[in-house]
Formats: sequence, structure tokens, C-alpha cells
Amino acid sequence: MHELSVCYALIRQVQDIAREHRAVAVTSVKVQIGPLSGVEADLLRQAFPLASAGSVAETAQLVIERLPIRVHCESCGAETAAEVNKLICGACGDWHTRLLSGDEMLLASVELESNAEPGIRNAE
Amino acid sequence: MCDTCGCNITPGNEHLARRKNPQGQDAITVLKSLLSANDREAAHNREHFDRHGVLALNLMSSPGSGKTLLLEATIEALKNEFRIAVIEGDLETENDAARIRAKGVPAIQITTGSACHLDAHMVHDALHHLNLENVDILFIENVGNLVCPASFDLGQHRNITLLSVTEGDDKPAKYPVMFRAADLVLLTKTDLLPVLDDFDPARAETCLRNLANPAPALRLSAKKKDGLAAWFDWLRHERAAQRDRVRTGQILRPAVQPDGAHLHAETGHSHGRLSSGQHYRFRGA
Repeated sequence: MHELSVCYALIRQVQDIAREHRAVAVTSVKVQIGPLSGVEADLLRQAFPLASAGSVAETAQLVIERLPIRVHCESCGAETAAEVNKLICGACGDWHTRLLSGDEMLLASVELESNAEPGIRNAE
Repeated sequence: MCDTCGCNITPGNEHLARRKNPQGQDAITVLKSLLSANDREAAHNREHFDRHGVLALNLMSSPGSGKTLLLEATIEALKNEFRIAVIEGDLETENDAARIRAKGVPAIQITTGSACHLDAHMVHDALHHLNLENVDILFIENVGNLVCPASFDLGQHRNITLLSVTEGDDKPAKYPVMFRAADLVLLTKTDLLPVLDDFDPARAETCLRNLANPAPALRLSAKKKDGLAAWFDWLRHERAAQRDRVRTGQILRPAVQPDGAHLHAETGHSHGRLSSGQHYRFRGA
């Protein structure tokens, strides 16, 4: 159950961003999880209220976007969908593939409530 | 994800990075690994290793697959050839570190309490108890667990995953995240194969290739000292390659790491910080 560790790390990142932008509250936290990240979306969802309790993100909505597995075949060049334990090329069946998407474990975006001027700002 | 610039924009999330904001609230696009604090610390550990020319290897497997026995056999055979040190991760007890010390090499025990994996901060703190000047190869024996350790970069150069023949030969298909991360797979306890005829090494290897993983799969028995020569040769080769990399200023990460390892390099020093609100203890020697 390392999702709790991951969730604490997520909350710390969100807190840093909220502080940096002088936010009074975080309304939404969007993460992207691929099936090969090693993080279970449902467990992350269960851990979120525990990890966010008492923080600026306490009332935030956690939005989890599940990303698909896509591989690029090094042999035939096809780009196909794949399964978590079958990362072979969907076109020619070769196992020499490169993962294009599916191992993500990302904080995608946060929505903040602040007293400052609204607008789009990049955190980095 | 991106090998060119290190960014995390993939075909799956591209639309999000370019997303426009609804009215009223600040929408901050971040696209940063959830474990970026761990990954920063891991990069820092890797710098420590590289500065001292140390080859750091992360050993992962289920409990009881023979990690410690393999280390004992390896130290016995190679301790005059390489200066070896070990970081031991367990939930409780100092038993494994004691076994390693009995072979005459330094071992630091990390007891994680109930935490199911080592993370970069724990390893960093353990490094304070170890003089890397006197180390050629550092083995980090992770907590016995085929799930959680795969997600946490420790700063190692290579991941080694053990699969004992007393387990199912379809383990790589059942634990794809772990076996996808392996740079080397060791099929252990092969002396038991004659009595465990339902374990087919070829089937285990097929499951590994289905994960698009080209890692070598070596068969050995640490107890009977069978098949160890190929494992020792792998170590010699990796040690020599690490020395060459240090000489030319290159940095090696395991072939597959979760997204965080691909992020833009950020370094920072954070001595003594506990990770993830967990508590853990050290016993050095």
C-alpha cells in the first residue's frame, strides 16, 4: 500500500504550488495515472482524504485521469495499444517495442482559489 | 518520458498541457511526477555514487527468494576482487545485516517498520553511515515485495529482480511493473528444479519478453554454487562500465524507471528528512 506514500508526496507538491501562488484553497487536483506506473487509482483515491486532511487541499476534488498503454514497434514501426503484461506490437507481434504512454504518475494540474488576479500561470 | 528534452508530455496527455482555463480560478498546469521529491533525492544519491565511482545495484524480489543468500555467496567469491558494501531493507530485525557482516563486509540495516519499500531518502540517510571511498559495489537489498519497490528510484544504476523457482513461472506477467523495471533477472534456487517440474524457466523468460524487456535472465543456485560464474561476469562487466562512465562523466539510470526519473534534472540536499510521513530507524555498522 505505497499509494499513501505517493499521496503524501502529492499533497506536499500541491501545498508548495498553493503557497507559491498565495492560494487560499485548492479546489481541484488532477493526476494522470498509467496502468504501468505501479499506482492503483482506486487506492490513491482512498488515500487522498487521509493525506490531505488539515492541508490547503482538504476540500479539493481529486480528478484521476487514467492513461492508455501505447507502444511503438522497433521492428515494423507501428503504434498500437497494448496490455499491461503484453507490451508486444499489436500489428506484427514483436516484443521489441518502446512504451509511448502508460507508465505516467503525474500531477497534471491544480485549480486554486486565490485573492490575487485570476489568470493562467505556469508553475514552472 | 521524452528522451530529447526530458519533458513529460506524452501522446496521452498532450491535450492537457495545452488546456485553457475556465473562468475565475487559477488553473496551474504542472505535469510533474508525483514522486518528484523522491526522484530529486535519488538523483542526489546517484551523484554521490558516481563521485566515488561506486556501482549501486538495487535487488528486488518477493520475500524468501534468496536475496541475502545470493549476497553471501557473492561476497564469499568476490570480496578479494571488489570492495563490497550492503544496505539491507527489512520491516523489522537486523538479521540480514548481521549475516552480511559475518562475511566481513560493512552492512547498514534499514528497518522500515510497516513501510513496504525503500525510498531515496532512507537510502540517503543510510549513506551517512557508510564510507563510499572504500566501496566498489554497493548492493541495496530492497524490502521483499514485488509491488511497491518498483515505483521508487533510489539512485541505483541497475535493477536486479530475483525470481525463485519455488514461485510461479508466470510471475513476470502477474507483476509487470516490477519485471519491466529489471535490468537483470536472476532465476534462483535452480537446484530445486528437478523436484519442481511445474516451473518452466523458458515460460518465465517468455513472460519477461512479453513486457518488452530484453534483460538477460540467468539461472543459478547460490546454495549449490551453480551458475554463479555468469552472474559474477555480469557484475564485473557492470563494474568496469561504471568506471568508464565515471571517467567520461556519464550518468546511468536503470533502463526503465517511472516517469519521475526522466524529469529535468533537479538537485537538492535534504539531509535527515523523513519521507512520506513514515518513520523508520537505522542501525549502522
